[in-house]
Amino acid sequence: MAEVAAVSMDAVAEFCLRLGDDRLILGHRLSEWCGHGPILEEDIALANVALDLLGQANRALELAAEAEARGRSADDLAFFRETVQFRNIQLVELPRGDFAFTIARQFFFDAFSVHLMDALQQSTHAGVAELAAKAVKEERYHIRHSAEWMVKLGDGTEESRARLQSAVNELWRFTGEMFQGDRWDEEAGAAGIAPEAAGPAALKSKWDEVVNDVFARATLTRPADEFFVRGGRGGLHTEHLGHLLAEMQIVARSHPGAKW
Amino acid sequence: MPDDPSGTASNGADTQWPLWEVFAQSAQGAPYQHAGSVHAVDAEGALQNARDVYSRRGEAIGIWVVPSQSITASKPEDTGPFFDPADDKVYRHPQFYKIPRGLKGL
Repeated sequence: MAEVAAVSMDAVAEFCLRLGDDRLILGHRLSEWCGHGPILEEDIALANVALDLLGQANRALELAAEAEARGRSADDLAFFRETVQFRNIQLVELPRGDFAFTIARQFFFDAFSVHLMDALQQSTHAGVAELAAKAVKEERYHIRHSAEWMVKLGDGTEESRARLQSAVNELWRFTGEMFQGDRWDEEAGAAGIAPEAAGPAALKSKWDEVVNDVFARATLTRPADEFFVRGGRGGLHTEHLGHLLAEMQIVARSHPGAKW
Repeated sequence: MPDDPSGTASNGADTQWPLWEVFAQSAQGAPYQHAGSVHAVDAEGALQNARDVYSRRGEAIGIWVVPSQSITASKPEDTGPFFDPADDKVYRHPQFYKIPRGLKGL
């Protein structure tokens, strides 16, 4: 445990906050499909994925709360922080759009998350390693589900293909944020919280492999890398996150401390 | 994808995808039993939908999916000739054998 002790608890808290916020916000976006899925079976499938993500978020935010040691709980972090305090990438906060948009966004995230969780099983932080060991199984199913849909929609009808390609084009500039890396990533890497395989460079090459393979099978065109947004990790968000938080947080804020 | 969430067109026809029957195994060595059905456009989709609909509370360790139209079923009017003749053949039940005392697990 000497390695862990050597790293500042800030780095652990920041790392877990990012893990948790990505999954909390994406899970919430997916849950918006509940009762609106294109077909009953897919409605249930999306809700299953949303619940997996909320479970991962819950554990990650518990770890963040422990690490920051300011007496806050996971619920406090989820429901009583403001927009600028959220550390998720902007990709996950965008409105759900049509089914093609939801699937494309999910696929981009899954292709990132499955390799991240796989690598984090070797984290020097016991809590993170444990979270990842459970999450990696969930992620392997998520990517199987979303990749299957990418191929079905892309190599489907003229309309499904057009909708998916347009979603891919629109989302592309939000995919860079998964691999940008900053001083917190460096600190997490140096401490072994995130082993090398969980670093931005390693994840990017694995993500490219998955994306290129699925794009080929889905007959999609990979957009050019021109401009990538950044800022979510530092609290800079689109206007959509505020609306999402208003809806997600209102019950907890209207009835603080209420029990189910 | 149908706009009407019930999947039923205004003329009453089923606009959903083909139907698949789902069989699930609850434990190692246990028989696969009919769990229900799902809609899907192909086998992989059916397998995923079956997983999401019928194993979300830990009920299964294995799943089979079969296109519903591949199943040939007896019809209600077959009931008489098919099944009634078995009613008076009690000797087909193995209850006339004496089981030795002390034999367990039979």
